[in-house]
Amino acid sequence: MYDLISRYLVWIAFAVFVFGMAYQFINLVIQAKRDKVIFPYMTWKHSFRSLLHWIVPFASKNMRIRYETTIVTFFFHLCVVLVPIFLTAHVVMFSFAWGPSWSSLSASVTEWITILVLLALVFFLLRRLMLPEVRFVTYPSDYVLLAVAAAPFVTGFIARHQWFDYETMVLIHMIAGAIMLMAIPFTRLSHMLFFPFTRAYMGSEFGAVRNARDW
Amino acid sequence: MGLPKLPKVSDPGLDETAKMLTPQRIEEVINRVIQKETAARLKVYMNTCVHCGLCSDACHWFLSNDRDPRFSPVGKVKQTLWEILRKKGRVDPDFLKECSRIAHTECNVCRRCSMYCPFGIDIAYLLLLVRRICSLLGLVPQFLQDTVNSHAVTLNQMWVKQDEWIDTLQWQEEDARDEVKTARIPLDKEGAEVFYSIIGPEPKILAQLIANMAQIMTVGGVDWTMPSLDGWDNSNMAMYSGDFETMGRVERVHHEAALRLKCRRIVMGECGHAFRGAMYDGPKWLGWKEPPIPLIHAIDFYHELLTSGRIKIKQKFEEPVTVQDPCNVVRGRGLGGKLREIVRMTCANFTEPEPGLEHNYCCGAGGGTINCGPPWKPSRVKGNRVKAEQFEATGAHIIITPCHNCHSGIEDIVAGYNLGMHVKFFSEILVQVMDVPEDLQA
Amino acid sequence: MHQAREWNGDWDWETGSRVIADTKPWNESYSEIHEFVTSRDGEKIAAVVKTEDDTHVPCVNGQPWSNTFEKAWSLRFCPDGRLFCFAMNDDEWTAVVDDEPWEETFDFVWNPQISLDGRTLAVNVRSPEGYGIALNGRSWEQRFVEARSCVLSPDGLRTAANVQMESLAEGDILGFAKGVWSLAVDGRPWDARFLNVWGCTFSDDGESVAAEVRPNLIEQTIAVDGKPWEQRFKAVWEPVFRPGTRDVIAPALTGEGWKLLVNGKPLWDRSFTQVWHQTFSPDRRIVAAVACPEFGRWTVVVDGNLWPCTFSHVVMPPVFSPDSRRIGAIFRDEGSWGLVVDRDPWPDRFDMIWDPVFSPDGDTVAVKAEKRGKYYLAVNGKVYPRAYDAMWDPQFSPDGSKILVRAIADGTFHRIVLPVSEVVG
Repeated sequence: MYDLISRYLVWIAFAVFVFGMAYQFINLVIQAKRDKVIFPYMTWKHSFRSLLHWIVPFASKNMRIRYETTIVTFFFHLCVVLVPIFLTAHVVMFSFAWGPSWSSLSASVTEWITILVLLALVFFLLRRLMLPEVRFVTYPSDYVLLAVAAAPFVTGFIARHQWFDYETMVLIHMIAGAIMLMAIPFTRLSHMLFFPFTRAYMGSEFGAVRNARDW
Repeated sequence: MGLPKLPKVSDPGLDETAKMLTPQRIEEVINRVIQKETAARLKVYMNTCVHCGLCSDACHWFLSNDRDPRFSPVGKVKQTLWEILRKKGRVDPDFLKECSRIAHTECNVCRRCSMYCPFGIDIAYLLLLVRRICSLLGLVPQFLQDTVNSHAVTLNQMWVKQDEWIDTLQWQEEDARDEVKTARIPLDKEGAEVFYSIIGPEPKILAQLIANMAQIMTVGGVDWTMPSLDGWDNSNMAMYSGDFETMGRVERVHHEAALRLKCRRIVMGECGHAFRGAMYDGPKWLGWKEPPIPLIHAIDFYHELLTSGRIKIKQKFEEPVTVQDPCNVVRGRGLGGKLREIVRMTCANFTEPEPGLEHNYCCGAGGGTINCGPPWKPSRVKGNRVKAEQFEATGAHIIITPCHNCHSGIEDIVAGYNLGMHVKFFSEILVQVMDVPEDLQA
Repeated sequence: MHQAREWNGDWDWETGSRVIADTKPWNESYSEIHEFVTSRDGEKIAAVVKTEDDTHVPCVNGQPWSNTFEKAWSLRFCPDGRLFCFAMNDDEWTAVVDDEPWEETFDFVWNPQISLDGRTLAVNVRSPEGYGIALNGRSWEQRFVEARSCVLSPDGLRTAANVQMESLAEGDILGFAKGVWSLAVDGRPWDARFLNVWGCTFSDDGESVAAEVRPNLIEQTIAVDGKPWEQRFKAVWEPVFRPGTRDVIAPALTGEGWKLLVNGKPLWDRSFTQVWHQTFSPDRRIVAAVACPEFGRWTVVVDGNLWPCTFSHVVMPPVFSPDSRRIGAIFRDEGSWGLVVDRDPWPDRFDMIWDPVFSPDGDTVAVKAEKRGKYYLAVNGKVYPRAYDAMWDPQFSPDGSKILVRAIADGTFHRIVLPVSEVVG
């Protein structure tokens, strides 16, 4: 079972993720051409200018107004990408299967980062529950997405501490990771792909067309 | 969520027209719009929005209604477009009436929220899409629809007849001569440098502004003209009701009037939405990436006249002033800096509004909401308390608003919150302080 | 489009420059001089001037008319050389042609339409009874709540206007949606009512009329003599008749984009991001139009074939040579104006350029163009070096060998006849 999942599910998850993202990207380009008024207005300069102001913490006004969300969001997104890539166990597995290897984070660092990610998710959950303007636009699917994002970290954390049956937990962890990976292209988690493009378009429309700032 | 009930507003544009709708027609129109008239933007925006609510703090409606989530930008999208898409167009007339209320009367499509959304989602575009659907189904607040009907018939916003237009210009020319003896409004002057266009309310109810401009043009030595036939009105409420076909027609007539007169460029009067229509939305619909000939807003033009020395200042305006940054020329054209420069050049006592420039709050009247008429005025004034607080904090006596919608909207707010301030167009200040050379004085 | 006909054969075509009028002394005689207009044959220059007693009067070659007016505007020469303007005395407006006011007066007059031969003249009028049209001094018997256009048939005998049949209370959107607009021809309205009627046009025999109509809030189509096409569209633009036939051609926004349609069916297979200003060649065989093949690029399309060159801002309506062989159109591209003739853009660019004028045989094309505030004549791509302060469209002699230039230099109006060979070099 373990073999089956580690050998095939990971493959499938990666394939779905990669092809799913490619599909979404190609579709985005086709649809943007259909929209006619997207590409003629886009410029590299204003795209990057906008991206920069919305990637660097506190570089935009709303990030300063909602500073707590900015801090949490920034660390959350950083960690959520870093942990899966630089976790020792993942690096070892990858290198065992395919050869290449890269430096990894120490176990204690990873552990703390995982805790931070989970705390960030708790923060997002509390925001959803407590802020009326967020709760008003929350659907059950938003909680599911939080759960999907949380699952690999919770299960990974449990597995590392070997709190339940280790092998089962690792299996669940791998399934959770696969689900998240596969969900990215086909759910609102696809903002991972779309973020640079929506920003670039708005940045261009504000900057190149309307001669104004969008941050 | 236990939110208080909103007051019921009756409007025949929604109540009467909703009675004529059938489920088939609703579904057919909605799906046609979604499938044929939208593409990347709708799809990507729907997939990218993570329902985070971070756009909320951008919206003056949300802030002024004590953070009622129904007034947040994403909250408005949720109550309208998300439901429409979730139900695949199978929604009922009562629901669509609510959609029109939200999209037409409670959102100014000012685009402040797209500066607050981390993804830069154009939330105003989504609400304009709701307006488009409502408009095709005939659900548009009565007064707004009547304005659009006027655009369709007369190519101007206020049912101004062709003879009334010319007559008003001739009469304003005479009035202008009371101050500047050689003031003229040259009609249909082929090859003039400036084609000056204005919005319908000027000849109808604010004709003095035309006389002001005749004085400014004459003192500035500008080679200018206005057309005697249709195309003089640069405003466009059809852009806001969702009747894009009428919008396109109005913009085509406006630009072609200037092209036919072989003018070098169009200078637009002090109006923000008109600038948006003539500069962006109209040309885009017609296939022009930009207007076919250069087009500038009055702020730009005054800036040119003042910095080039064509108009000199006799004595600065003394009363304390502040400015209203019109969304469509500040967030929409980056003219906030020039606006401050011309105000400082003409006024001795200027206080910055906070927030200002691109972050300024909308006047609450823009985006066609003021054209929805008296039934919707109470909610509009209530929905912009933050604007009143912003102005009050400046301590100014005069609010300079280089935009017609802002002008009317802010007058309502000044009255509604007893601010005791006065609202003026920049041209009203300029004619007061400009130096009229002796040989031109009447 | 209708240029250089035989009627200019009796003009003075002797090569050389003649001073017609020195306008400088006008400044001393009059406190105000409005815009100058000139007759096609270059023999007259006129402007409305303000006299000492504050009246307005057209002044021709320095001689004021005998009639004076409180107000006068819209001064222009008819193609046959007669001088026209609108004028008002004692709050009564009328049209005045060659110093002779029409007998009938009105509350207001505007929008003059002059036939190609210059003999007939139609204007919009308002009188206490309502709105209508007056043709050569005689107004329609019928009056309407409003009339918003004045269209003259090619032979100058018939007139049409879109008219409002019932008045509406302020804000009566339901009444409006029922349709209160129609088209009146010679004062007689169509039976059909629409929400809107725009852009009307006559067939060349004047017997048939087509217009853009809006049967309901979300559909538009073309109606011919009151009968709408079966096909409905999101939007349409002005129709034209194919000369010599009753076929009506109009652009319409279809599901595939903008298309040119003939009697409701596609004229060509292709669709465009935009297509308008369809124009027929004088020999009636070719149709050319302005097209936008892709967003933000403009060109000319001739019988369905796009010209390969595209321009960024705008292309103006195409102009045929009188022999139908050649087509020219002015355009604005990357900030300056130019002319494209038969697919080839002229290399020179200008601050402004006027529609091209072809010689009768089509071999020569001349334009008036502006650079840095001065006006130039350009012929076959070559700019004649002489600069003027003001200038009017050039005219060709019947044999096409000479060009008449009407221009002002140093306050003097010149009538200049140049051999084409001298300009082209």
